[in-house]
Amino acid sequence: MRGRYLFKRFLLMIVTLWVLLTIIFFLFRIMPTDPTALFIGASLHADSQKMMMEQFGLDKPKIEQYFIYMKNLFKGQFGISIRTNQQVLDMLRGKLWNTLFMMGTSMSMALFLGIVIGTILAWKRGTGIDTGGIAIFLALRSAPEFWLGMIVLLIFGYILQWFPIGLMLTPGRAYTGFFDKYFNWDFVYHLALPVFTMTIFYLATPMLVTRNSILDILHEDFIEMAHAKGLTNRRIMFRYALRNALLPVVTIAPLMLGFAIGGQVLLEKVYSWPGMGRELVEAVSSMDYPVVQAAFLFLGAIVIIGNFLADVLYSYLDPRVKVG
Amino acid sequence: MAKKEFSERSVVFRNFLREQREVFRGEKLSIAGLIIVGGFLMLAIIGPYIVPYDPYEAIVDQWGLVPADKTPSTDHWFGLTRFGYDVFSQTIVSSRTAVVVGIISAVMVVFVGANLGLISGYYGGWLDETIMRITDIAYGIPFLPMAIVLMTLLGRGVSNVIIVVVALFWRTTTRVIRAQVLTIKERPFIQAARVAGASDLRIIYRHIAPNVMPMAFLYVALAVGWAVIAEASISFLGFGDPDSVSWGQMIHFVFAAQMFREAWWWFLPPGLCIVLLVMSAFWIGLAYEKVVNPRLKIE
Repeated sequence: MRGRYLFKRFLLMIVTLWVLLTIIFFLFRIMPTDPTALFIGASLHADSQKMMMEQFGLDKPKIEQYFIYMKNLFKGQFGISIRTNQQVLDMLRGKLWNTLFMMGTSMSMALFLGIVIGTILAWKRGTGIDTGGIAIFLALRSAPEFWLGMIVLLIFGYILQWFPIGLMLTPGRAYTGFFDKYFNWDFVYHLALPVFTMTIFYLATPMLVTRNSILDILHEDFIEMAHAKGLTNRRIMFRYALRNALLPVVTIAPLMLGFAIGGQVLLEKVYSWPGMGRELVEAVSSMDYPVVQAAFLFLGAIVIIGNFLADVLYSYLDPRVKVG
Repeated sequence: MAKKEFSERSVVFRNFLREQREVFRGEKLSIAGLIIVGGFLMLAIIGPYIVPYDPYEAIVDQWGLVPADKTPSTDHWFGLTRFGYDVFSQTIVSSRTAVVVGIISAVMVVFVGANLGLISGYYGGWLDETIMRITDIAYGIPFLPMAIVLMTLLGRGVSNVIIVVVALFWRTTTRVIRAQVLTIKERPFIQAARVAGASDLRIIYRHIAPNVMPMAFLYVALAVGWAVIAEASISFLGFGDPDSVSWGQMIHFVFAAQMFREAWWWFLPPGLCIVLLVMSAFWIGLAYEKVVNPRLKIE
């Protein structure tokens, strides 16, 4: 049963990715611009221009171009950047990791802290801690993320000067490879402010869901039983109630991811983080379409694959799950 | 006949008002939210006529120079921007952009979403399957990246911001309304209506729709918040309407000038207005949330 569900879910992921690719393809071709301008920069060498024309079949009808485009994508050919004359994939590979590290860290922190704080609020329900906690985190959630990021930057970067005011590594710092680049204190030091901003911003959602679903569970008999056994409140909350309240949090995780990808784009701009979102904004502003298409696809893929993984996790946590 | 129709409608309307009053009774935060949103609505309507300076025109002295001292003063309550615009006037006039985008797109989002949810949930079968799979796919489209691409292709106007928000936010409402319809349509009074010979459309809009209204209102409130933030984000990234001031655009210029360190009077007002408007919308939502999920009330 689960096998069939996961297979259907996997197919849906593939279809979603395909729809995204198709949307991108047609969006960029209904524009009244010269189709060759989509792929080929004027500064490119004449021979390379001709090569690109052939590779993407830009002189052929649109439908044929669509199949060529799909075939090229499978080969990892996104074209050549109009700004830098570099292969798009080479340009973006590093940026994808930069984005994934920032997003992964902040989403995990937001989920973890949200669940813990939500449990505490449910435990202290009706008290000042409960009301105050909800008020603070809802207010943070209502602030525009980029503005919140600028305030965090202002306080901790400019006034207190505890953390760097942008970028991912100290300029001029050389690294020997993938591991050295991401697993060192300089990176963590630069990562701190953006992750802090995203965490306090997204924390409200898992926090409220955890709190409300625990409040639902507290009426159940087994909680009463635990109280009768004389267990401590802490044990009842974190061992008994929380476990049963986790399922709804998994349900909202994909929704959070969908919002967070937008937040990622905004915060990468605020913190000059060399990631996929900032690349997309710069590419769109300078009409660098090959890069726009690829960056958009990667950002979409993060959401789509994240949704899929959340559903897989859910199906393991809740054996009643079925498609629909 | 025409008269009867009329009186029936006015009864429906009066009942509706009574229900709304019931929803907000004792909900202090939600009432505060209503008042604040009402205040912004007023500002959006009369703002451009009452502001002391033209928000689109730089303040210059007799030599055509922008004053060196831009800090708040009695003439300029919120000071001046780097380019010599009056921040107070810009902040007030910007509420028009926020309110227009917030309210129009929220109503449209829920109109589209609720109708799809009603149809999907009521008819079931292949229609439901199709709408739900499209919803799933819509969830895979990243909002802000899609929005900036669309804004570039469609042109940077306020109406295009609304189109983009509606095109991408209907999905949430569709899902929750459909889930509600699925439980409502099994209730006895729906069976009774069907036995009495009511048509599908009548059952959907006369018998089911009123029961999903609190949920729809909850999502209108939430969608106002999302839409205001979406507009601000698009403008912050520099893809908003260049011809109308908005809070997001003001922050865009603060950031571009890297002056949020010194020019707090320019940086704080637009952000605080966004927080206030979005929070009020969410507060209004709290009242409907308690109707939708009565357990939240027993605490």
